[in-house]
Amino acid sequence: MSIDQTEFRTAMLDAEVAVPEGLLDGHGNPAGRRFSVYRNNVAVSLTEALETGFPVIAKLLGDANFKPIAGLFLRQSPPSAPVMMHYGAAFPGFLRGFEPLQHLGYLPDVAKVELALRRAYHAEDAQAIAPDALGQIDPEQLPLATFTFAPAMELIRSDWPIYDIWAYNMIEGAPKPQSRPQDVLILRPEFDPAPHALPAGGADFITAMRQGQTLGDAAESAENMVENFDLGTVLGLLLTNGAITQIAIEDKL
Amino acid sequence: MFDAPENMPALPHKPGVGYKPQHFTEIMENPDPVAWLEVHAENYMGHGGRPLAQIRHLAERFPISVHGVGLSIGGEAPLDPEHLARLKHLVSWLKPTVFSEHLAWSTHGGEYFNDLLPLPYTKATLTRVAEHIDQLQNTIGRQMLLENPSSYLAFAESTWSEPDFLRELANRTGCGLLLDVNNVFVSATNLDYDPRSYINDYPLEAVGEIHLGGHDEDEDDHGKPLLIDSHGAEVVDPVWSLLDHTLSLSGPRPILVEWDTDVPEWPVLAKECQRAAAALIKVPA
Amino acid sequence: MSKTVKTLAVAASVAAAVTAATTHSVSAAGQEKCFGISLAGENDCAAGPGTTCAGTSTVDYQGNAWTLVDAGTCSDIELPALADGTPRTGSLEELSRDLPA
Repeated sequence: MSIDQTEFRTAMLDAEVAVPEGLLDGHGNPAGRRFSVYRNNVAVSLTEALETGFPVIAKLLGDANFKPIAGLFLRQSPPSAPVMMHYGAAFPGFLRGFEPLQHLGYLPDVAKVELALRRAYHAEDAQAIAPDALGQIDPEQLPLATFTFAPAMELIRSDWPIYDIWAYNMIEGAPKPQSRPQDVLILRPEFDPAPHALPAGGADFITAMRQGQTLGDAAESAENMVENFDLGTVLGLLLTNGAITQIAIEDKL
Repeated sequence: MFDAPENMPALPHKPGVGYKPQHFTEIMENPDPVAWLEVHAENYMGHGGRPLAQIRHLAERFPISVHGVGLSIGGEAPLDPEHLARLKHLVSWLKPTVFSEHLAWSTHGGEYFNDLLPLPYTKATLTRVAEHIDQLQNTIGRQMLLENPSSYLAFAESTWSEPDFLRELANRTGCGLLLDVNNVFVSATNLDYDPRSYINDYPLEAVGEIHLGGHDEDEDDHGKPLLIDSHGAEVVDPVWSLLDHTLSLSGPRPILVEWDTDVPEWPVLAKECQRAAAALIKVPA
Repeated sequence: MSKTVKTLAVAASVAAAVTAATTHSVSAAGQEKCFGISLAGENDCAAGPGTTCAGTSTVDYQGNAWTLVDAGTCSDIELPALADGTPRTGSLEELSRDLPA
């Protein structure tokens, strides 16, 4: 009689399945609830990983809701690799598809912010340009500048006030979220990533710059989307937080 | 069989501690009595950021032991080539003094369970684990240490005792062993055998590192004690006694204090390490 | 926008941004300022507590049999939907009205 790992796994993830025969205590009796140690370890450790990885979702739902939802998710989507820093990539999709949470339409995008914070934390280091490097460029040439961004930079666009929801749960005294679409830019000066709310048009500008457009073209396309696009605020955010690692001036030819 | 070079680098025969990022500043300022650090391999597999910056700083000052927790050496499936590559990369740039992993499985069918799951001690398991150890040692180009598990149950199909099984693996593969004394105490209590007999039977000459940690107490269906290897408390007195017994037979060894859940403030960990230092002082070199 | 105007606008924005950025200071490797991210997704080799809690509680989710309790901060947040214009709140009380009995 031998127990294969498929049988062990099935019983471990589903407490309704009988403990495999051939698992014993020290005296030849059936292992019984000794097997529950493994059931418990897997469920507890993955639930805790989701709680620490998605603190805002955990606060929004409350412990009493989050724990059973995590229990469902971890059985449906256990980690696909033994590197826990990446666990939960499928959680936004799970939240989107989970019928009882449909009225909380913002949850998937908030979960995306939390995943992106973790990716940013572990992203490759990069040397930012000196904050005044842009100021050294001939103003005539500035519109022709293209940027390379730090690998830690993450952009999340949403129809929901995802920055305000994040802040309301993570920053003492932050105001209650008001209904509005919000795009979040995650930046990591040194080692601590933080989310920032982008002004309207900011996400269009950054998307264009990421695609290699020039500063002038990207600013113009953002202005075409949004009246009074605030380029200074977005540039200030990028420079203050070390998001730009390289500037090139596009050859006019 | 991995042929280890003659002069394998070794950890000092002093206390080490399982490194937690929240203790970075204290350890850099005053590590006493900690002489070396152990980190979990999988926590240093990101691309950059604070974890890698910290470990680079620490590795300049301390011998580092890399302790893998996710390779699933006992898995029925072949070792995950991507994870092997990650381990190889980490070992090649960090150049730790030792690398260790567990006699356990944790991945099956592409799913990782974040726990160390038990193995039957059979000929089939022996062959498979020995192949996986060979593969790992050849991939990272160095000897590994294999750690004995905490057992909560036994397999009816097992035909080997755990010490014999580990001795045979060490003989076949040339790997060294990591003896977790708390795991021995937990397993012996749970499966009702004498932990000192286990140590007496254990191939202590292959031990390159000793682990100590705290456990929780629970009960099985019959009200018998069921100890859980939680790493969330101080090491208990009977485990310190078992350590003394082990060291009296093995001589001094590097001793690691592990604390993974409800991690305390640094002084509490330093105190546990003081106790390990005191246990080492009693042992003739 | 004419080229000259674009140049001036970009240059002015850059000048303001550069002034703001040069006063910024950096942090050291040891100091955590992030929001618990450093401990999110750590691997360890410890067992969970005991034998009973999460592992043996089976989760029975069958369609609308699920019951959410009013426990989190989402109850404080009222957000009318944006895309389709249908007003909704983010609270859990709303859920009991949404779900078939």
